[in-house]
Parts: sequence; structure tokens; C-alpha cells
Amino acid sequence: MKLKLTTLALGAAMAAGPAMADLVFPSLSYRTGPYAAGGIPFADGYADYFTLVNERDGGIGGVKARVIECETGYNTEKGVECYESTKGEGALIYQPLSTGITYQLIPKVTADGIPLHTMGYGRTSAANGKVFSNVFNYPANYWDGASGVINYLLEANDGDLNGKKISLLFHNSAYGKEPIRTLEELSKKHGFTLSTLPVDHPGQEQKSQWLQIRRDRPDFVIMWGWGVMNQVAIQEAANIRYPMENFIGVWWSGAEHDVMPAGEKADGYKAVTFHGVGRDFPVFDDIQTHVVDKGLAAGAGDQIGNVLYNRGMYAAMLAVEAAKTAQEIHGTADITPAMMRDGMEALEMPEARMSALGMPLFGPAFNVSCENHGGPGLVGMTQWDASAKEWTLISDFAQSDRDVIQPLIDEDSAAYAAENNIEQRCN
Amino acid sequence: MFYREAGDFKVSYQEDSQTFPIKFDRIRYYAVMAFAFLVIPFFINDYWANAILLPFLIYSIAAIGLNILVGYCGQVSLGTGGFMAVGAYACYKLMTAFPEVSMFIHVLLAGGITALVCVAFGLPSLRIKGFYLAVATLAAQFFLVWLFNRVPWFYNYSASGQINAPERDVFGIIITGPNAPAWATYMFSLIFLTFCALVARNLTRGTVGRSWMAIRDMDIAAEIIGVNPLKAKLSAFGVSGFFIGISGALFFAVYLGAVEVGEAFGINKSFLVLFMVILGGLGSIFGSFAGAAFLVLLPVILKVVGVDVLGWPTDIVAHFQLVIVGALIIVFLIAEPHGMAQLWRVAKEKLRLWPFPH
Repeated sequence: MKLKLTTLALGAAMAAGPAMADLVFPSLSYRTGPYAAGGIPFADGYADYFTLVNERDGGIGGVKARVIECETGYNTEKGVECYESTKGEGALIYQPLSTGITYQLIPKVTADGIPLHTMGYGRTSAANGKVFSNVFNYPANYWDGASGVINYLLEANDGDLNGKKISLLFHNSAYGKEPIRTLEELSKKHGFTLSTLPVDHPGQEQKSQWLQIRRDRPDFVIMWGWGVMNQVAIQEAANIRYPMENFIGVWWSGAEHDVMPAGEKADGYKAVTFHGVGRDFPVFDDIQTHVVDKGLAAGAGDQIGNVLYNRGMYAAMLAVEAAKTAQEIHGTADITPAMMRDGMEALEMPEARMSALGMPLFGPAFNVSCENHGGPGLVGMTQWDASAKEWTLISDFAQSDRDVIQPLIDEDSAAYAAENNIEQRCN
Repeated sequence: MFYREAGDFKVSYQEDSQTFPIKFDRIRYYAVMAFAFLVIPFFINDYWANAILLPFLIYSIAAIGLNILVGYCGQVSLGTGGFMAVGAYACYKLMTAFPEVSMFIHVLLAGGITALVCVAFGLPSLRIKGFYLAVATLAAQFFLVWLFNRVPWFYNYSASGQINAPERDVFGIIITGPNAPAWATYMFSLIFLTFCALVARNLTRGTVGRSWMAIRDMDIAAEIIGVNPLKAKLSAFGVSGFFIGISGALFFAVYLGAVEVGEAFGINKSFLVLFMVILGGLGSIFGSFAGAAFLVLLPVILKVVGVDVLGWPTDIVAHFQLVIVGALIIVFLIAEPHGMAQLWRVAKEKLRLWPFPH
């Protein structure tokens, strides 16, 4: 065994060659396992945007970006291995696309001084920058998503949800349990009854949950699913002829591959979102010329313009912009993870900046501050058109109910701070 | 030539019944111990600790625990993941309830609690055996995971149902949490592994171990010659649970730091530890180490070779990992059904006669 270890050490030493003057962006992706359908487009979008920046602009502030991909399979143990193996290369930011891995990395990145960006997932209360110095979840978090769904329903029902029945179908994990607290608060505020239906990993077996829905006849069903669970749920909803327009998913349950298997029957299914959908943005022309036509597209290159591809690209864009901000603040092109953190905290994303990047109205305009690492929480609604096979944005990006969410964030982050003896920052 | 009993004279009963009767074995054993305790801690870094050594040490403890139950006592168990979860949650509740108490005590208590739970789920083994017992322990696996997901008291009512290990120390040295130095977590796990392996080795050489093996080989005959099946089976469940609980506690508190029960302690974990035991060798302490090393290190080596050295796409390497590990398991089971421990035994026999095999 000792021999094995030495050979391994040699291999690792050889692999970790000189990596000077590169900005390193590890991509903890998952292209295998039950969640690969969502992991592949996100990882492709993430990698393609960095390729675009390298090819079109010659890097970030003149320094090339290097993406190190590491396969996690949505598995926390492999996620730890990936984190430890990439952080030595000067990783500037981690985006694990997994709530489980996020929970593991929050204390680790804080100790190592590397920023963690969990866009629309992870620990919601990380929005409180006073407690979580190195964790960011702008532009929107789970509780914004939950509140966004309820706000949309309020609008559709003339501001009154009193006496309505809403069921939450959720992935029985840290990820799926996140919205329950917010929805409970909102049900008290608006007078609807909430029932929760857990679905166990990986989510292929949902007969009993849908039997329950068929019996209860809830007015609306909200879904917090991921991976294969989404397709199965939409198929089951179609099987019991549940009206699709009353079935609303979170942003992790609203991509092409989730609705395609149910075919025509999925028409009208809705999902909240915090960024634009479709290929109608100038940036895709650049990706076509600088990435696809040069044969540099990540993966199979067949995901461009998909909802999750756009999200991966958006995540990469925000990382690049934060790196530029960091370069401006510190006056050096070769930034460290600590500088990157400062850049993220000072990030400003007005509409003009996004238009200049070829992504007009792609996401909400927002500013990050020392106190608020979560952005404004603007949430829009998308709907699936099965005949045209595309998602369309059917509402504006609207403000979530911060009166309900902010106290919950403060409460949960205060509990974390007390548990780990963290002093509040930004005073 | 140098690996033989001849010339190594024993002059007392203690010497005659020691663990390693051959001098070369003893020296090798002390060398490995010295290397593990005195050399590795000075060279270890975060990557080595968290990606390779900690999982190896912790899975070794789990494999030793399961080996006692399956390999020595012949009671098939598919509940390892659930029992590890008991250890993890017991450790979490103790850590948060008594922050000032040393981690050593928490981990040992977590092992004790798991032993009790394991004995309770071992009761059916008095009536059923073989596949039927496997199904009963499978029920334990699903029940325990469901319980820790369902009852908020176990995860201190946190919003997400996750448990997070707060920072705890032993004699002022931080052992858990993100600020724990790599050498401290390594030493902490190594001490537990050494302790477990020594206890297991000596138990299996003594009366208790012999009664387990008698039950394994033929329970009716064992009962006739005076082995109490109740005592033998339940003690095997208890000792096995104690070790598995320790490994679960370390897995959560020292290695991962945050755990979600369904993901970390699901049925996959039960199978993984069972594969370690089968591949390493049933009824062998060395086999537990070999099995754990094989299944922990091989994926990492394949990843390093495939992605970092050869530069292949990550998804292809991940698929290859499954293919290669799976193929190797089949090859091993066909070529050597008694596991890697048997290969080691054969090598030792050959070594005894070397260089004059006739």
C-alpha cells in the first residue's frame, strides 16, 4: 500500500505543474449519476463562457481563465475530494451546484479564505453577509423562490389565497426541505393550507405521493425537485390529469429535459426563474463564433440555449464580472481568492453592464454589499410551451416578500453564528 | 530464509501466544506502526488527509466492525449504513449537548449507543439466519435513515435537516470543524483505528471469537458443545455495532463535517462496506484493511491517472471508474474467492519455504 501511495504522490506532483498567471475557476460538475441531466448543461454553460472570455477578450483583464473540471457525481465525499485537490491550484471561487456539498464547503472555504457562490441553491441564510463572510448566493435564494411562487399565485388569484390548498412536493434532502419554513410562514400570512409530500432520493418512485395529490385535490402543487425526480413528477401529474398550469416548479425543476419526456401533456407547466431563458441574446452569437465554430464547446455542444446552460453561463458571467471588479479594486490583474471575495462583495450589476456583455435583461439588476450577500431577490415566472418546445418568460422579475424572508434569514444565520462563535461583520 | 518460525525460541506462554509469532512479521508490524504514527503526521497535508487517509482509516474501522459480524460470526448484515448513521447522530447530539467534554469520550459513547441499537436489531438473528436475516437488517437500514430524516430532535430542528459538526477539541487541539489541522484529524482517526484493530484481533483470538466462529461454522453443533447462541450472536452484534458506531461518528465529525443522512448513510454505504469485507477477506482483520484500501484508493488513483495525467474528460473517467472497479471485483471474486487476505496468506506460506520450495 505504501508503494501505491508513493506512486500516487508522484502522479499528483507531476500533474500539479506550474500554473502561474492563470485565474483558476474550478468547476465541480456532475456529468454522471441520477442528476447528470441537470449537471451537464450547467457545466457546459459554465465552461463555455470562460472559453468565450479567453477567446474573445483574451482573458479577464489580460489574464487567461483556466477551468479545472472535477466530477462529483452529486456525491458529498467526492465533492470534498474535488475541493481538496483543486484548492491548491489557486482556486478563486467554488460553485458546486449541490446543496449537500455547499453545506460541507461553507466552513471549509471560510477557513481557507476562498469565496463560495451558490446561485439559487445552498444555505439560504448565507445571504446574511454579517455572518457568512465568504459565502454568496446572489441574485436570488430558495426562499425568494418560494415567496415568488406565492406572489405569482396571489396575483393570479386577485391577491387572495385564503382557504386554498397548496401541496409542496419536495426532494427529501437538505435541498428540498429549505423552502418549508418560508412556505409555513407565508401560509400563516395568507391563510392557505400547506401540505408537504417528501420524495426520497433519487425520486423515481412517486406513485403514493401523486395518489395523495389525487385524493387531496390541492389547488396548486409546488415542486422542489432535481434530477430524474422532475421528469417523473411531471409525467405522474399528466397521468392523473392534474392541470399543468397549477403545477409550479422551482428553478431547478424547470428545464427542457424535465418536461420533454411528458411530451404534449407537459404543456403549460410553470417554473420560477431568476434569469432569462432562450437563445435571444447577442451573447449567443459570440459563443457561436468564438466557441462553437472553433470547436471549443464543452461537452457534446448540444446544450446551448437550454435553461440550465443559460444558468451556468450566467454563473460564469457573474464570476468574471466579480473578478474584473476585484482587479479594479486591488489594481492588479493577478488576483488572489481573498481579492476575489472583495470583488464579489463590491459587485454591481446594473442593466447597462449586462447589455454591454450582450445579455440585456438577462437577469435582474442588483448590487452586492457587505451586509447583503443575497441580492434583491427578484423572481420571474416561466412557462413551457410544448408545441414550440420552448420556455417563455410570462412575468416581470418581481420582488419577493422580504418582510417574511428577512427575519427568517436573520434567525437562521444567528443560530449558525451562535453555534460556531462567529462575530458579526460590517459594523 | 528470514521468514520462518525456526530459530525464534519462545520461553514463556505470553511469547508463545503473541499476535505475530514470526519475528519478521513483528518487525514489519512495528515498522508500519512507526511509519503511521511518527512519519506521516509530519508530511500530511489537507489533500492527503481529507481525500485519501481519513476515508481509508474510517472505512477500515467500519470494515473491521462488519467483518466481526459477517466474517467471524456468520450473521449477514445490510444495515451498516444505518448503524453508521446512529454513530454520527449520537456523536452530533453529544457534541452539541456537552461541548466541554473531550471528543474521545463522545466518539466512544457514540460507539456504545450504536452497540445498543445494533444489539436490538440483532435480536431477530436468534430466530432467523442467512438471507432472511439480511432482509431484517435491511429493514434496520431503511428504518434508521427514515427516523433521522423524520424526527427533528435528532438534527436539533435545523431548517435543512443537515447536521454540522461544531468545533471541538481534545486537550486543546482542534479535532473537528474547518480549522482542525490535517495531522490532528489523521492522528485522532489513527488512534481509534489502532485501538479497534487491537481489540478486534484479540477478541477474535480468544474465547469470544472462538464461540463466534463456532456459530458461523455450524450453529447446531456449536450449541451442542456448549456455546450459548444468544450470548455469541448478540455479543457479535454489540461489538460490531461499537466499531461501526465509532466509524460513523468519525465519518461525520472528523471527515465530512456536515452530513445528510439519506445521502451519506444510504443503502449504498451498506453495500460499499460489505464489498470491502468480501473483497478483503471474510474473517480477517488484515482483509478489512486491504478491502478498505482497495475501494477507497482505487477510484482516486483512477481519477488522478485519467484526468490529471492523461487529460481525459471527467465524465469518461467517471464511467471508466465504474467499469474498472466493477471488473476488478469480478476478477478478484473468481480468481480468489477468499479475498485479498488469502493472497497474503498464500504469499506468507510461499515465503516460509523460500528460497528452497521443496
